[in-house]
Amino acid sequence: MRNTGGSLAILIVLCCAFFAPTARGENLAIRNCTWCHGGSASGYPPAPALAGQRPQYVEKQLAYFHSRTRDNPFARQYMWGAARNIDPQSARNLALYFASLPPRAANDGVPSLVGVGQTIYQEGMPEANIVACVVCHGPNAEGVRDIPRLGGLDYSYLKRRLEQWNQGYHAAAGPPMISIASKLSDDQIEALASYLSFVK
Amino acid sequence: MRSPNSLQAERKTTARSRAATWKSAGLRAGLAAGVLTLVLVGAVNAQHRISLSGDVQAKISYCKDCHGVSAQGYNGYYPIPRLAGQQPEYLENQLRAFIEHRRTNNIMFNVTHSLSPAMINALTAHFASLHPPPIGGAPRQLVATGRKIFEDGMPEVNIAACAACHGPDATGSGQIPRLAGQLYPYMIKTLNNWDKERGRNPTVPDASAIMSPVAHSLNKSQIEAVAAFVSTLR
Repeated sequence: MRNTGGSLAILIVLCCAFFAPTARGENLAIRNCTWCHGGSASGYPPAPALAGQRPQYVEKQLAYFHSRTRDNPFARQYMWGAARNIDPQSARNLALYFASLPPRAANDGVPSLVGVGQTIYQEGMPEANIVACVVCHGPNAEGVRDIPRLGGLDYSYLKRRLEQWNQGYHAAAGPPMISIASKLSDDQIEALASYLSFVK
Repeated sequence: MRSPNSLQAERKTTARSRAATWKSAGLRAGLAAGVLTLVLVGAVNAQHRISLSGDVQAKISYCKDCHGVSAQGYNGYYPIPRLAGQQPEYLENQLRAFIEHRRTNNIMFNVTHSLSPAMINALTAHFASLHPPPIGGAPRQLVATGRKIFEDGMPEVNIAACAACHGPDATGSGQIPRLAGQLYPYMIKTLNNWDKERGRNPTVPDASAIMSPVAHSLNKSQIEAVAAFVSTLR
């Protein structure tokens, strides 16, 4: 009995030693992300939540940070360095890992603005030529393919990104967000960011 | 023919007699007011014309925010159809269909119900004039089967060739839509949901009834094949 237990223990140790390099490498990469993005990857401002984010979106953004295409201030300050050594395969693995985590809403917007934000998101404002976000980002702001989940991201990140489309940074995606965001007023951006921060 | 000199002399005389009449102060004030009115009316007209075309430009930009920068269509959470090169009569009929609840789509109802007839004309003319290449993305292996159904129909199940109505190049005509370059997922969604999306207002029957039996007769894989074929057409 004791011997079997001993052999088993040795086998486990050997297995760990054999498989450790990849597993430890992966864990280290994940820990490098969660250091800023939060232990459960549910965001820690200014770093946005990654839990439940569309894997294609995360993978694409990592490539854009790597190539220094996405060039807003926080991207330059944090993500250019963070993504420098991430190769395409690791980017895909990280994206799939974070996509598999359950998203948790930040719930940090201005509650009184939620109604207006919801109307803009779900219906748009045709008189002001503002389109309904739901058409691309989905009924629960869950995103699809490389169109990001917006639901539950934190208020300050959502607000900042909506403001940045028109500040001349080379956004990761070109059309249509620059044109869409150019039609939003400051109040409308705050309302959208507030609503989305509460979406589960 | 009068000589240029005699004409000039005549003008001078007229001018002199006019000058005499205008010596009355009242008339002078009247003239000033008249000129001012003319200038103002002109300015308002010009401004109106500019703001109208500005409105059209803004509305076109709004449409393209969803339908793509060249109206080539866009795959969002929902497939957003190509409008480029579409038959203006078809576009107009569809915009009215949203307003009249013949075609049910909450987003497009919101978009259309405040459009004026002049705006609808301007938009449909603009989109009909665009010809970007198709965005693609359909499985290539389905194209050949799709072409056969499109060109020959399926006589054994009583399905006419799509080309018979939509044209050999699928460019449509009048109220019959262009299908060439239409988005693959949009074509599939539309054919699968025909009766759930079109002809929804029994008090206003429309041409969508013509497609209903055809959409029913096509099975899932035939719909995908036709969708793949037309999505590749320029």
